[in-house]
Amino acid sequence: MSKYETIIGLEVHVQLKTATKLFCGCSTKFGAEANTHTCPVCLGLPGALPVLNKKAVNLAILTGLALKFKINEFARFDRKNYFYPDLPKGYQISQKDKPFCEHGKLEITIDGVKKEIGITRAHLEEDAGKLLHSGSSGQIGDAEESLVDLNRTCVPLLEIVSEPDLRSPAEAFEYLGALKSILQYIGVSDCDMEKGSLRCDANISLRPFGQKEFNPKVEIKNVNSFKNVKDALEYETARQTQCLDSGEKTFQETRLFSAEKGTTTAMRAKEESNDYRYFPEPDLVVNHITKEMIEEIKKTLVELPAVRRSRFVTAYGLPEYDAGVLTASKAFADYFEVCAGLNKNYKAISNLIMGDLMGFLKAAGKDISDSPVKPENLVKLVKLIDTNIISSKIAKVVFEDMFKESADPEDVVKAKGLVQITDEGAVGKIIDKVLLENPAIVAEYKSGKDKVIGNLVGKVMKESAGKASPGLVNKILKEKLSN
Amino acid sequence: MITREDVEHVAVLSQMKLKEQDYILFTKQLEEMLKFVEKLKEVNTDDIEPTASVIPLKNVVREDIMAASFDRDIALMNAPDKDFGHFKIPKIME
Ligand SMILES: [Zn+2]
Repeated sequence: MSKYETIIGLEVHVQLKTATKLFCGCSTKFGAEANTHTCPVCLGLPGALPVLNKKAVNLAILTGLALKFKINEFARFDRKNYFYPDLPKGYQISQKDKPFCEHGKLEITIDGVKKEIGITRAHLEEDAGKLLHSGSSGQIGDAEESLVDLNRTCVPLLEIVSEPDLRSPAEAFEYLGALKSILQYIGVSDCDMEKGSLRCDANISLRPFGQKEFNPKVEIKNVNSFKNVKDALEYETARQTQCLDSGEKTFQETRLFSAEKGTTTAMRAKEESNDYRYFPEPDLVVNHITKEMIEEIKKTLVELPAVRRSRFVTAYGLPEYDAGVLTASKAFADYFEVCAGLNKNYKAISNLIMGDLMGFLKAAGKDISDSPVKPENLVKLVKLIDTNIISSKIAKVVFEDMFKESADPEDVVKAKGLVQITDEGAVGKIIDKVLLENPAIVAEYKSGKDKVIGNLVGKVMKESAGKASPGLVNKILKEKLSN
Repeated sequence: MITREDVEHVAVLSQMKLKEQDYILFTKQLEEMLKFVEKLKEVNTDDIEPTASVIPLKNVVREDIMAASFDRDIALMNAPDKDFGHFKIPKIME
């Protein structure tokens, strides 16, 4: 047991799902040719004036409602001033004192225990541009020159800042998963880390148990997957433990995570400490968020993952585990519910989705929305098993064809002659053959070694190419052996 | 009270290289500005709400509808240097 308590806070930036940028009508579409989504506003040309995108505000408030935030009646924007080549205006329009959302919370489950994590604030801000560095490494330190693409400037981001309430890398991982799940449910963001629509910076410090005040925090940047966040935090926990054990002081710094090495390294210290000289943005007016506006947005709020999860347990009788896995992603939960509307064997549907379907999708790198197996066909497979037309073992074979060829399971069963053999006479004949070929095993069984019957069942199934009904094989085999 | 260190700090933030006589001049000028603000502080504002903006408007928003962007050539027209459809800039890290 460590002597130190781990203190973690997370800053998550999500790109809101708008068609246009936060302060201008340029497209936010990912992957366009460089600098083709620009205009006087997002290029920061002199005299251009920003106008706030109403949809972005609505999505920020919707997020606020889903995460149990207090929605501020008056919200406003501020200028955060700093020079960097990806920021054409020389300042970023963000929110300091009056963000849209304050004091939210998110419940996570860790080792079966529920825990509430405070969320300090959620504020709207504009994204910066993208830099490409010359040189073979592509690293900024080695580059003689850099290229700037301003398509991303002014894209709406919601920065969600947690309280330092997380106590382990595992809790941080759970928090990110739960947050992403909610944001995807309410449709405010794709949360696609590969496309940069979700980014995470982590703050971590350690303190001896019992110490009230926090030690200086280390900020970790450059982490591009939830697993990497966890790995980076685990590395930092070990590194800071070593520092404290050897009597060194930790100090406030920013460190970069390298996924290849699994380590963090100190960023070159800045000459000046952060001094952003925030002041109220003079080009934008105050936002008065009325009760009526909030009520209107509330109407678009959907059932959230935690609520849906309990409903899956009560309404479909699914185990907690199944309900958790299925509802973690809205798309999977929706898929399950379409199936459940067609067939009442809910557990069988859940098994097929969690086992076969998720496995095949993952291996193929596909999204559930592009699943070649449609709910109608998945349900047909359930019925084929339930009516003893095929065994669950054969169902695995059928599923592969359903996935690879988008096939109807009934067609697969017919075309490949996979119908289960349920005729007692036919099964009996196969058994007779197997018994005749394996006198040694039969003798063992008769001498009292009941276990070897499994061996015989296996041989019968193999002889029948998996088509014999396992129940029937067991029954007839026992009858024949007791004679 | 504005010190030489304050001016040095602001100069770094503004990415300005100042000459020796600039420090003397700016220290004096910034000091005068502060004095002026001190004068404003004499006004009684007890009954006045803190104000972030003097524009008597609120909730000015636009619908999320796409508008025309620049052609790339126009966007890059005034760039001191460009390459592959990007703005090209000198070394960032010394
Ligand atoms: Zn624009």
